[in-house]
Amino acid sequence: MSMQLWVVQTLNGLQLGVMLFLMSAGLTLVFGIMNLINLAHGSLYMLGAYLAATFQALTGSFFIACLLAVPLVMGIGMLMEMSILRRLYDRDHLDQVLATFALILFFNELVRMTWGPQAYFMAIPESLSGTVEILPGIPYPAYRLTIVLAGSGVAVGLYLFIGRTRLGMIIRAGATHREMVGALGVNIKLLYTFVFGMGAAMAGFAGMMAGPILSVETGMGEPIMILAFVVIVIGGIGSVRGAFAAAVLVGVADTFGRILLPPALSSMAIYILMAGVLCFRPQGLFPAHG
Amino acid sequence: MLELKNIHSYYGTTQALFGIDIEIHAGEMVSLLGRNGMGKTTTVRSILGLTRPRQGTVTFQGRDIFGAPPYRIAQMGIGLVPEGRQIFPTLTVRENLVATAYRGKNGRRPWTPADIYELFPVLAQRTRQPGSRLSGGEQQMLAIGRALMTHPKLLILDEATEGLAPRVRAQIWDCLENLKSAGLSILVIDKHLDALTRICDRHYIIEKGRIVWRGDSFKLKADPAVRQDYLGV
Ligand SMILES: Nc1ncnc2c1ncn2[C@@H]1O[C@H](COP(=O)(O)OP(=O)(O)OP(=O)(O)O)[C@@H](O)[C@H]1O
Ligand SMILES: [Mg+2]
Repeated sequence: MSMQLWVVQTLNGLQLGVMLFLMSAGLTLVFGIMNLINLAHGSLYMLGAYLAATFQALTGSFFIACLLAVPLVMGIGMLMEMSILRRLYDRDHLDQVLATFALILFFNELVRMTWGPQAYFMAIPESLSGTVEILPGIPYPAYRLTIVLAGSGVAVGLYLFIGRTRLGMIIRAGATHREMVGALGVNIKLLYTFVFGMGAAMAGFAGMMAGPILSVETGMGEPIMILAFVVIVIGGIGSVRGAFAAAVLVGVADTFGRILLPPALSSMAIYILMAGVLCFRPQGLFPAHG
Repeated sequence: MLELKNIHSYYGTTQALFGIDIEIHAGEMVSLLGRNGMGKTTTVRSILGLTRPRQGTVTFQGRDIFGAPPYRIAQMGIGLVPEGRQIFPTLTVRENLVATAYRGKNGRRPWTPADIYELFPVLAQRTRQPGSRLSGGEQQMLAIGRALMTHPKLLILDEATEGLAPRVRAQIWDCLENLKSAGLSILVIDKHLDALTRICDRHYIIEKGRIVWRGDSFKLKADPAVRQDYLGV
């Protein structure tokens, strides 16, 4: 394999990895802290893409679309938590899966009614439509590179937020001792709504970034959700650090699996990876609570 | 300051408290005594709203707090040092102190981590260690520090010195005495009668979910029958 292919595929793998991280960060926090399996997380991804595409069409600017779409998806996520998901925390996982699966159907139908059944077009912003020469003689699409950088930026930001800020401390404390955090004066319900909103914002951001390179259509959130679940299991449920490591691992493994392995095996590559990791570390790479 | 009247609490359908009355005045240190499983922890949980009583009234500083969510009750000025300590294991010592600390601007002087380290110097050497790595005594000191950081007017300690070495125990009692003389009200649950009769003003004894005896330290010391019947000492 040529040097060029290696570099480009590695970047593609990283790009898929940061996308997966943006999806799985919220998922793993919500699963780890609230003990909620939220299948409808992919719907927030889809909404991020549709809303950004719409705002882009209205304003003509990708960046304004981003500034509008991400907070809006965060708000939708928080409303979803307050109105529906909050009631599911104490229910068993089967109830959660059923209820959030219903939400997927609801959102897919809502999108179809609002935007129509055809895929919706979203353009790569003008300023990022070219290529960048990352190494002499190796060009790479600027937009894809932006995804890698923006996603990594969000990852670092989230890591610092959880690790260094007071709110981050409370989130970590709440993951192991929810009742005690409340007994020390913290409004847990509000905290949960906020954590959920953060996860929703990241999912919306991922959907928005994916919009111009994948097709914006109903059900676009489901395939990436499956990969995101693989990621949080490999990373260790509840661990943001684990989600990041696993997302990059899965992204790179999936990308190289496609070019190095025969087709029958390549679609299984990440599941084999998952089985391998769980064999040696049943709690995932970075078990969240000791 | 705190008044419980006729509190009835349940776990599911089993009743654990049968009409508890307790009163704590400002600046007082009061103990709640009783053998295992008599309802001491349930009483604490009922005060904080962690277990919601089915019946009764709870007032704190003249305000009705019955049925309020725990975080509201805590914010009004009740600091909890819970049974089993419940230190946040994945947070460092310092983070345990600051995560849930009170953040008021004016008025009461906030406790700072430095104040807590002065109170318990062993913690000062371990500020960056995770809570899970502390010994039992250190965890209890941290739990007290964490509760103080919320700037309580009433401190509640459930099993204040359980499982601690005599020297650490003595340190905790000293600390409580100092806090009391600084004006804090304290409700303490523990098994060490000698220390409690020395530092507390008044005592309640709970038996199967009912208050069966109340009185001051002098009266408790003078009444061996009560100690025999309800505390088994
Ligand atoms: N979570 C629970 N579910 C059901 N019953 C409980 C629960 N917690 C306590 N109980 C019961 O309620 C009664 C009072 O328990 P509580 O924990 O208040 O006692 P305690 O005086 O604090 O005892 P200890 O000295 O062992 O801490 C006991 O009979 C106990 O079995
Ligand atoms: Mg108890």
